[in-house]
Amino acid sequence: MSEPMVRSLDVHKRFGRLEVLRGVSMDVARGEVVVLIGASGSGKTTFLRCINHLERVDGGRIYVDGELVGYRERDGRLAEDGEREVARKRAAIGMVFQRLNLFPHLSALGNVIEAPIRVRKTPRKQAEKAGRELLAKVGLADKLRAYPSQLSGGQQQRVAIARALAMQPKLMLFDEPTSALDPELVGEVLDVMKSLAREGMTMIVVSHEMGFAREVADRMVFMDEGVIVEEGPPEEMFLRPLQPRTQAFLSKIL
Amino acid sequence: MDGLLAIRFDFDTVGDFLFDPIILRAMRETLYIALLAMVLGIGLGIVLAVMRESRNPIISGPAGIYVWFWRATPVILQLLLVYFGLRQLIEEDIFRDNWTRWRAAVITFGLNEAAYMAEIVRGGIQSVESGQMDAAKSLGMTNFQALRRIILPQAFRVIIPPTGNEFIAMLKNTSVAFAIGVVELLNAAKIQAARNFKPMELYTVAAFWYLVLVSVFSLLQAELERALTISERERPETLFSRVLTIIGGRRGI
Repeated sequence: MSEPMVRSLDVHKRFGRLEVLRGVSMDVARGEVVVLIGASGSGKTTFLRCINHLERVDGGRIYVDGELVGYRERDGRLAEDGEREVARKRAAIGMVFQRLNLFPHLSALGNVIEAPIRVRKTPRKQAEKAGRELLAKVGLADKLRAYPSQLSGGQQQRVAIARALAMQPKLMLFDEPTSALDPELVGEVLDVMKSLAREGMTMIVVSHEMGFAREVADRMVFMDEGVIVEEGPPEEMFLRPLQPRTQAFLSKIL
Repeated sequence: MDGLLAIRFDFDTVGDFLFDPIILRAMRETLYIALLAMVLGIGLGIVLAVMRESRNPIISGPAGIYVWFWRATPVILQLLLVYFGLRQLIEEDIFRDNWTRWRAAVITFGLNEAAYMAEIVRGGIQSVESGQMDAAKSLGMTNFQALRRIILPQAFRVIIPPTGNEFIAMLKNTSVAFAIGVVELLNAAKIQAARNFKPMELYTVAAFWYLVLVSVFSLLQAELERALTISERERPETLFSRVLTIIGGRRGI
């Protein structure tokens, strides 16, 4: 029994007086695909951002691949990691955001190879070769030199996925990757995510794309008001949600 | 003399001094002081802007005080302080021999400009959407890498137009250096006017060259901004955007 890819223990996070996460504990196994659902403000995006330390946690611990993220533990106390250490740990965690945030001054290929070259110190030739393959994989072999402003939203999100994959992450986080897209562009992004899931990537996906969840999620987790209310296999959740809050939420989105 | 108004304007004197070597050398001084001070101002301004953006008050505090001081005192006072003040404070010969009026002027104008550039650069950095920093960090970049590779190249698009205005203002403001005896364009004209009692003609010569200098750089600025607008529309691969990405430190793809 190997250790989980993500282990979150009693994570708390507050913004000022608002407690956004009120004790979130969950494990994500290697190769598992978890879909996080919940109303806006339920804490799912914040939780995702805590996993790669884009947000500091105020309590609890998050381990990725057995390593504490953003902190060191010494004599039972937590000390925040130095910037380089945080960056090193983040490099192994890919993230795709809701807002389209490709680097607008770089081409599609430039976006994909920037971090491998600067962070991993991969030789440019090698990075470009890998970058071309990744863009081909997300169906954009013909858009290497296009700039973000020349790409559709769906194409931009696929480049963003390739950009994250270029760092060879062991875990991918998706924060509502399709909710900023026009409806007809959603499918192409989900297809890429599905194939990634089939390849065995460990993924945590915040999304309300129920078709996607049904097809590839190993587990669904419903969050409300900063806690996990219910979790289980998608079929169970859809057909027989146990908690009234889950039932209420699902009846709204299905 | 016929008429009520006696106008004595000696066009020949203007002609004589327009290309006078002393005047031309002084104009070159003006240009050099402005260029060097601007380089210093931009470099230090970027550092100050980054410092002010820091969440650590030990870093952002001094930068704030710096900007406050240099913006809240007259530049003429700053010149006097930096040149005469430091000469009084530091008595070492090696310093006094090297602390020329010209160097003091370049450094003062540069330090002064840095305060203004800091605000401009800060505005540029803040204009870049916060998601860009998140994306850079999520890829494992350090703050410095993200700033240099991702944030600043985008901020430059916002920074460049006001920087052109700053440079044009700088060209004219260098004339204040006469306060510490630097022979720049205005001072050269003033000295010559005192010699031949033709202030109107000599100041006309000075005005002519200021107009030429400022017009040339205004044209360059307009050209730069045009290239900038084009590169923002669907054609990012203009010559100018290449220059931008070179400033951002990468070879083209």
